[in-house]
Amino acid sequence: MSAAPDSLAPRIEQLRTIATPVTDYRVLPFGVEAIDRRLAAGGLRAGALHEATARSGSMADDGAATLFLAGIAAREAASTGGPVLWATCRCDLYAPGLAQAGLSSASVLYAQPADDAALLAVIEDAVRDGTPSAIVAEARKVSMVATRRLQLVAAEADMPVLLLRRRRARDQDPFAEPSAAWTRWRIGSAPSARLDVAGVGRARWSLDLARQRGGESFSLIVEGSDETGRLAVPAELGHRAAETVGTARHAAA
Amino acid sequence: MRLPERAVLLAPVDDDPGDCSAPRRGGWRPGARWARQDTPSHGDVAAQIAALPTHAQPPMRELGRRSEAASHPYKAGVPARRIIASVPQPIEQAPLALVGKVGRREEVVSACVGARALGIHPGMAATHARALVSDLDFRPAEPAADAALLDRLALLAVRRWSPIAAVTPTDGLWIDLAGCDHLHGGEERFCARLIAFCRRAGFTARVAVADTAGAAHALARFGRDELTRIEPRATAEAIAPLPVAALRLAPSALAAARKFGFERIADLLPVARGPLARRLGLAAITRLDQALGAVAEPITPREDAQVPVVERRLLEPIGTAEAIEQVMHDLLDDLAVVLQARGLGARSLRLTGLRVDGGEQVVAVGTSRPTREVSHLLRLFKLRIERIDPGMGLEHFRLVASHTEPLDAVDLGAVLAGETLVRDPARLVDVIAGRIGVRSVFRIAPVESHVPERAVVHSDPNERPGNWPAWQRPIRLFARPEPLLHVMALLPDQPPRRFEWRGKTYTVVAGDGPERVHGEWWRRDAEVWAVRDYYRVEDEEGGRYWLFRRGDGFEEDTGDLSWWIHGLFG
Repeated sequence: MSAAPDSLAPRIEQLRTIATPVTDYRVLPFGVEAIDRRLAAGGLRAGALHEATARSGSMADDGAATLFLAGIAAREAASTGGPVLWATCRCDLYAPGLAQAGLSSASVLYAQPADDAALLAVIEDAVRDGTPSAIVAEARKVSMVATRRLQLVAAEADMPVLLLRRRRARDQDPFAEPSAAWTRWRIGSAPSARLDVAGVGRARWSLDLARQRGGESFSLIVEGSDETGRLAVPAELGHRAAETVGTARHAAA
Repeated sequence: MRLPERAVLLAPVDDDPGDCSAPRRGGWRPGARWARQDTPSHGDVAAQIAALPTHAQPPMRELGRRSEAASHPYKAGVPARRIIASVPQPIEQAPLALVGKVGRREEVVSACVGARALGIHPGMAATHARALVSDLDFRPAEPAADAALLDRLALLAVRRWSPIAAVTPTDGLWIDLAGCDHLHGGEERFCARLIAFCRRAGFTARVAVADTAGAAHALARFGRDELTRIEPRATAEAIAPLPVAALRLAPSALAAARKFGFERIADLLPVARGPLARRLGLAAITRLDQALGAVAEPITPREDAQVPVVERRLLEPIGTAEAIEQVMHDLLDDLAVVLQARGLGARSLRLTGLRVDGGEQVVAVGTSRPTREVSHLLRLFKLRIERIDPGMGLEHFRLVASHTEPLDAVDLGAVLAGETLVRDPARLVDVIAGRIGVRSVFRIAPVESHVPERAVVHSDPNERPGNWPAWQRPIRLFARPEPLLHVMALLPDQPPRRFEWRGKTYTVVAGDGPERVHGEWWRRDAEVWAVRDYYRVEDEEGGRYWLFRRGDGFEEDTGDLSWWIHGLFG
């Protein structure tokens, strides 16, 4: 019976590996401690479907959600070097604005299909092709089956598929429908920090992670993406860095 | 060649039943000595007939039955010896003339040597010719078939003799021998081989070698000999005796030349150019100069471009998607070999499937860059399989690379460096374009304009566009700016304090601006003085908007001070 503890020990190890979530997939960290800490694997899973939607029906929130996804795609494109495919049925996206979120004109390829069915087919083709570094798509009507398909092909190709879910009606919540997405974000614009001079400060967004696999949901106010697509967490009032504050500049002037 | 006298060949006796045909009023006895004196014997007639070329031999009904030299069945006579004509017979076939429609009139378009000997010449009315020689072989002329044959000959010339060879309209070929005559053993040997080749192929050829294309053209058609070679710098003397028509003049110029008494090119040479141009037209002068070499006349060579085609015939008709895919794969493999051998890449491919019931199923794919990669093309074709209706089955497939472009070897830098994933945007573009259309895949390139809606343009997805200047720009831009109501703003350069848009009131807490954009006066008159002042404002809830006011607040004609929203920041 003396052999029993020896044989038990590896089994406990085995049980432990089964119990803990396996994170052997590639991860896209935000580079912001406050967000990465709360995500299950320390960042967004690379080969997965991620959804975002505007917090409300207002177009300002829609712009924030667009820029949030553009920032993720920009960071992925900068690290892998492939183009980003931006698939949308609408044509009100303004490319110079996208360039200021880190997606320069040379790194974006646009596809404008006629309807959502064609859009989903295009995404799937592109993921299977493997050329793009990330895919951003804007869609209104995506069924549960379609999201599962996208999640499977994205996992197989290890490519982030970022889906901007737009509202089909004014009061309809896109996240009321079930989805196989890895994470689902609700993004809204938040009032920026008031500067001491006249002017608009760095954009702030309210991130609301509605669902993530293997983790808790959370809400956070962040500062919008810069020219490389990076977010930031607004400094606490008491711990502001001196050089970022308007008063310091004001005092120096 | 002259036709022999008909009288000699007539039957010795006139077969007129009205009159007594025999000489001496019937006192005629076959074989009588007097009857033999002025008429040739059967043997002589037979020898004369045999001496004629085949096409000129009179038919049996003209000879009459009595002259028929039938050997007596019981007397084995010595057969008449055929005299072998010393002149080689120009053609073995029966004489032939082509009849075609010229204007509103049917006329003989061309006639062979034999037919000419019988008095048929081009330009003669078809009915006249038919009346003249009733049993001549008349056939309809086919100019398109002639042109196609000549084109094939030009293609052969390009492949075999000289890279610069072209068809000269209706009946000739130009071959630029400069630089390649030594490959064929010099000019004379080349010409001899050319004539021999044409004879073997069944053509009668006339060859002229000269300094200029115009002179060669004239000498080949109007020269005396079948083969003319002009020494360098002797062009003028060589073409001087030729008729003016040898210069490829327009009919009106030819008529004028006839009117003014110019018959030969020699007549034109000493005449001053000015008066000559007034009489014959400037085009005639150009033709003369081209023949003499004073004006260049480059030959546009016939291009040796063949469309790569591969095809497969199946033992049994197929109808399933898997089987069609297999055939596509096989065809693409075959095509890749063909394309690689020629150094080409396909830009568009067309697959035609022939159904059992005779119907055709056609699918086509296009690529944004030339390629011969089988896996990529197969994937593009797979997207199209669902559009093929196999019906009762498809039994014959044909793949045509209808548009090809040169494709050299490509460098494998990334692959050799160990990267397994090949990122080729052109391939992705093809895949998406195959799904939703070529116009739906694009990049957005900058345009040098400060007016926001004009700063972007859809561009070719395979090119890398440049960048925009780093002014703050919204992420969404409205196609048409929307008007704002009840705007409160201080003139001339303060952002608004509040505005109303789509029925909702917004209170502005912060604003940047103005960014002044002037109208592009070179586009239209209305923009000459127009000014837009753009402001970036934020409302209480954190929405950031891009507004503008028309007019600068000082001058009346810069705008009417109305406020508009043009876009949204995130």
